[in-house]
Amino acid sequence: MAATFFGEVVKAPCRAGTEDEEEEEGRRETPEDREVRRQLARKREVRLLRRQTKTSLEVSLLEKYPCSKFIIAIGNNAVAFLSSFVMNSGVWEEVGCAKLWNEWCRTTDTIHLSPTEAFCVFYHLKSSPSVFLCQCSCYVAEDQQYQWLEKVFGSCPRKNMQITILTCRHVTDYKTSESTGCLPSPFLKALKTQNFRDPVCCSLLEQPNIVHDLPAAVLSYCQVWKIPAVLYLCYTDVMKLDLITVEAFKPILSSRSLKGLVKNVPQSTETLKKLMTTNEIQSNIYT
Amino acid sequence: IDLIISTLNMSKIGYFYTDCLVPMVGNNPYATAEENSTELSINTEVYSLPSRKLVALQLRSIFIKYKSKPFCEKLLSWVKSSSFARVIVLSSSHSYHRNDLQLRSTPFRYLLTPSMQKSVQNKIKSLNWEEMEKSPCIPEINDSEFCIRIPGGGITKALYDESCSKEIQMAVLLKFVSEGDNIPDALGLVEYLNEWLQIIKPCSDEPTASALRWKIPSSWRLLFGSGLPPALF
Repeated sequence: MAATFFGEVVKAPCRAGTEDEEEEEGRRETPEDREVRRQLARKREVRLLRRQTKTSLEVSLLEKYPCSKFIIAIGNNAVAFLSSFVMNSGVWEEVGCAKLWNEWCRTTDTIHLSPTEAFCVFYHLKSSPSVFLCQCSCYVAEDQQYQWLEKVFGSCPRKNMQITILTCRHVTDYKTSESTGCLPSPFLKALKTQNFRDPVCCSLLEQPNIVHDLPAAVLSYCQVWKIPAVLYLCYTDVMKLDLITVEAFKPILSSRSLKGLVKNVPQSTETLKKLMTTNEIQSNIYT
Repeated sequence: IDLIISTLNMSKIGYFYTDCLVPMVGNNPYATAEENSTELSINTEVYSLPSRKLVALQLRSIFIKYKSKPFCEKLLSWVKSSSFARVIVLSSSHSYHRNDLQLRSTPFRYLLTPSMQKSVQNKIKSLNWEEMEKSPCIPEINDSEFCIRIPGGGITKALYDESCSKEIQMAVLLKFVSEGDNIPDALGLVEYLNEWLQIIKPCSDEPTASALRWKIPSSWRLLFGSGLPPALF
């Protein structure tokens, strides 16, 4: 508990965690509570589906398909970047879709996924089927991140593939001895696993900065299982879909991760501008 | 643990990879120069110093809901299968839960499992340490039974209880702390541990000198956020 300046007493988040409450909850839990908890866990399960056949994938995605290169976009700006620059430059076939429910990403509880609920889609390049892409625009909650990893990567990690992750964070999350107001946002930072040997397109993320959520889960997995992986993190002050933020990812176009996957940059930039306009109309609060 | 790893320059030997803690990554938290700053670190890592037969497990994030118990089980199973001679848990407890006696005494406490008591009781006695007191199991009830409680200690109590029943030699060293800048608490706790293990040469007289003997890791910078905008002034 903490007292604020205005004399209220509020429950402050505690770095000791909430294990004491959890233990007490466990002691007082009735069979009904357990059943509710089981049902909630089932609702929050991550499932991989094939939308075309309306079936679930029996094994993890990368156990089913061989993979040499995997590019993952997490968040709407990263997704827009891959849509405009990479997906427009080749023919990509959808191979699966992750269905998950949480407080931020409310899909309906059916086996099917409507197009508006397709927040996390996996594709491979038709001309080179071992090249994969994931467009993930939903938030994957803490208790779902490891499940996502298991459904996508499986339990037998392959070392002969390379992973590239693109995501954004708000610039106020970036710790520096100057004020964050002085920073030239948006700007790019990178983190790479020990086995990633290629040059990176920007400076590495300095301590004491850290990364959380799904990008951290994927990178941790790759570090532990010695898979070469790189995370490109764009710090921006605009978290919604924004042209300048998306364009901040452009240095990656010359990297080996995207080698051969990007054809016509000026055309892609035009596609990106159109994407922005469409979204702007949709986000007009007066309509 | 950061202070121990940083001061003794312990080497990273592996990861304790589970689905129980919130994922996080960052570059080497103990970097001292450009060359050693680019090694990726994750949320649970194992370090060792073979010359001192010391292994340290560092946990850098909180537990995912309902995963703390499975984590304790996995951890103790690893402890048993790796045949560690002794386990020392460094922990803390909410200072606002102290009773009157505790308020007037040292903020440090220890706990030993029965199997650990047999081997180190004499040494601990010679240090004049305070054992963690029992308190009412249910504080609201007057004639409640007394038991060991560690409010704010996370999985400490669970680890201690399990180790007692599994006959693991475990010691818990804790300090009563408040939320806020816990750097002085960390220095205090490591000095407390040092009285026993003598990780670095003890210096009994100067309390202020302790801060200089332990190497503060580079990741402890900017603990309370970035610099302030000059326009504020």
